[in-house]
Amino acid sequence: MTNPNIPLATTSSVTLVTPPPGADAKTGATAAPPKMSAQGLDFYYDKYHALKNVSLDIAERKVTALIGPSGCGKSTLLRIFNRIYSIYPRLEAKGKVLLDGDNILDPKYPLNRLRSKVGMVFQKPVPFPMSIYDNVAYAIRHYEKLSKADMDVRVEEALRQGALWDEVKAKLNQSALGLSGGQQQRLCIARAVALKPEVILLDEPTSALDPIATGKIEQLVEELKERYTIAIVTHNMQQASRVSDYTAFMYLGELIEFGDTTTIFENPTKKMTEDYITGRYG
Amino acid sequence: MNTQPAQTDSRIEADKRAAFADRLYFRRRIYNGIGLIFATASTGFGLFWLAWILWTTFYTGISALNGKLFTMMTPPPGDEGGLLNAFAGSAMICLLAILIGAPIGIAAGTYLAEYAKKSRLGEAIRFFNDILLSAPSIVLGMFVYTVVVKQVGHYSAFSGSLALALIVLPVVVRTTDEMLKLVPSAMREAGLSLGVPQWKVTMQVLYRAALPGIVTGVLLALARISGETAPLLFTAFDNQFWSTNVGQPMASIPVVIYKFAMSADAGWKSLAWAGALIVTLFVLALSLLSRAILLRNKVSND
Amino acid sequence: MAASAESLAIAKTDEQRARRDGFADRTFRRIVASAGIFVLITLAGVALTTLWGGREAFATFGFKFLVSSEWDTVGKQFGALAPVYGTLVTAAIALLIAVPISFGIALYLTEIAPNWLRTPVGSAIELLAGIPSIIYGMWGLFVFVPIMGRYVIPWLNDHVGNWPIIGALFRGPPLGLGMLTAGIVLAIMVIPFISSVMREVFLTVPTRLKESAYALGSTTWEVAWDIVLPYTRTAVIGGVFLGLGRALGETMAVTFVLGNVHRLSLSLLEPGNSIAATIANEFAEADSEIFRSSLIALAFLLFVVTFIVLAIAKLMLRQMEKREGKA
Repeated sequence: MTNPNIPLATTSSVTLVTPPPGADAKTGATAAPPKMSAQGLDFYYDKYHALKNVSLDIAERKVTALIGPSGCGKSTLLRIFNRIYSIYPRLEAKGKVLLDGDNILDPKYPLNRLRSKVGMVFQKPVPFPMSIYDNVAYAIRHYEKLSKADMDVRVEEALRQGALWDEVKAKLNQSALGLSGGQQQRLCIARAVALKPEVILLDEPTSALDPIATGKIEQLVEELKERYTIAIVTHNMQQASRVSDYTAFMYLGELIEFGDTTTIFENPTKKMTEDYITGRYG
Repeated sequence: MNTQPAQTDSRIEADKRAAFADRLYFRRRIYNGIGLIFATASTGFGLFWLAWILWTTFYTGISALNGKLFTMMTPPPGDEGGLLNAFAGSAMICLLAILIGAPIGIAAGTYLAEYAKKSRLGEAIRFFNDILLSAPSIVLGMFVYTVVVKQVGHYSAFSGSLALALIVLPVVVRTTDEMLKLVPSAMREAGLSLGVPQWKVTMQVLYRAALPGIVTGVLLALARISGETAPLLFTAFDNQFWSTNVGQPMASIPVVIYKFAMSADAGWKSLAWAGALIVTLFVLALSLLSRAILLRNKVSND
Repeated sequence: MAASAESLAIAKTDEQRARRDGFADRTFRRIVASAGIFVLITLAGVALTTLWGGREAFATFGFKFLVSSEWDTVGKQFGALAPVYGTLVTAAIALLIAVPISFGIALYLTEIAPNWLRTPVGSAIELLAGIPSIIYGMWGLFVFVPIMGRYVIPWLNDHVGNWPIIGALFRGPPLGLGMLTAGIVLAIMVIPFISSVMREVFLTVPTRLKESAYALGSTTWEVAWDIVLPYTRTAVIGGVFLGLGRALGETMAVTFVLGNVHRLSLSLLEPGNSIAATIANEFAEADSEIFRSSLIALAFLLFVVTFIVLAIAKLMLRQMEKREGKA
């Protein structure tokens, strides 16, 4: 990064329409380098070229939404950010993804460090088949040896951050499979924040939920960005415009337009973006 | 559907055609009727044998049941006795077989589901495992005889367990493979995305999710081996007395049933029927139990 | 400075943990992979050791082992023809009965039976597969053999025995023991295997195919015969081969009802023998090396034949699975 103030200028296809994420006009804070940054990223499913030279910054403690029609590569991009794709054979990412300036695609970058710093929540809520308490404590145990009392504190803290504590505090030892879909998804968020990550990736976290549960998750995202950097993939235009600060529109593996959410939704530069947002295709 | 006289030149022509269609339709319906009766009768045929065999086993077995069955050893011909040593022997041999076969089977099933989903080696293992699943048990017994009994120089309960473990193995491999594949891949991703290594995710999350299925597989395997006779004939062999030494021949229910049923001694025959009843009840209970576990799990999964 | 020392320490533990996790992951993978390979080794081991154990018989009798029906335990002359013949004939009888019956059961359970009846009846048929084979043997010997001897065989002698050509198959003493009895018992044993495969693959026939046939006025039987069966042909044959593999290797049930006589006989009503029954009956009494070796050689033959049959079954069933996967 030669100039942290202009982190988006790496791809010609991206049009810069707003002040870059680093220089937040509203708060007037000093420009900070982006938390994560994809640079010239290509991705291959076997021979299929799924991402084409994508460069994009994820601003710290902001919500960045990735939108676009199915198969545009937005989930693929998200799944590169914590290298979860690497559990499947024949998938390959080329280019750079920086986390605090370090390239996480470098095989030498310790995977568990990456994944403890970059948490992920999936489309379908997948609580582990164990108690609510153990769901949250499970991963902590892998990293730290905590006393029972310390662990209790950590679990409570995580469940509070997941806006679930009040609903489950009386039944921590019951199976997590008994929770409703929305509760399960918030448990998954609590499970991810329990490791005190820096970035949280949300892959269509509400697509399997009803409107009320969706509303709660959206509110939660709003709260979480006080502490965490968030990237969210969504199919839901309203959701993107409600929760995100920045929006990236992708199409056929390319990043078409990226910028301030208000601008993308109200005054996009590209015709394609406008067509998608107004529902002409997708 | 057929007697629709069109505007034809001749009324008779139409009637003829209608009559022909009627006949054709009638014949088709007759064939259909015969076919359906045949299918229903086939099912009745299958159920008829099931009922008959179970009835014989229960009827003859119950009249042979008494308290001595579980308190006395297998008798010499003409004497009174029970099947205590054979029950104990069967329990030990089968348990040992499960202890040997199930862990290897679970490990191999894990390999297939988690590491070799579409690899050539995985496909080969799956293919040959299915063949092993249906391979004649007597040949497996012969294998263990040649490799173990012949080398050691005498029959032993342990070699019997090895032979039965080879029957357990493919059953458990297959169910573990299938049940792990049913665990949503998002569960794996969720575990791994927390930075927990794959072996831990597999052992602590995936096994737990697939547990009812894996347990079912082990129960089915136990059901299969607890009535298995052929491979024990030349591995565990038989022992008239109480024995807990797995290095020596040991009595087992199926082998004792075989020996007693083939004899001319009335007391032995009646003991054979009592043993047959107990084995059948045990096997049926196991298969019902495993069905119940699977069913309950299916309901609660979604 | 303190902060950077601390972060250095964290980085170090991160790397240590990564190394430890990586090592544990590789070890775990190696363990489960060797368990997988163990399955292959077992199957190869079965083939090789029975071949090795039977080498004396193969070396002594050579090709004659396959074509001679002599089985002289005193003169130490052994030939596999009678048991091989018995194995093939009993399996053939079993399939002749079991295949149409299984088709009927599968048809009943997929097209005819009311929905509430399908699961319980299906489970009951599958229970037949769960009954230990020794129970079939006892039931066969004490219940079924007397009935065959008293009623069925005399009737066959009188009514079918004088028919041209096939009459010879149905002439024999009213012992009750024999290949026909064994074949029937085997049929009952393999019905659940074949019918459950058929039932499963019948369920894979797309509903739209069946519905369009019904819409054209086809009867249930016509749909089964003209749509379902052709659509599932490969897998159905696979299921039949699976049943054949079971029938060939079945031991205890046939041991009880076959009669254990080493004699080639055209009549299905005469006692006979099969490979598995011969081994089960005689192995414990085998008093010479060559006798024992001949029995192990028989086991090798049985293994090779069932292996081929089961491999064919598996390949045919797999074709169906592949089509399913694509659909």
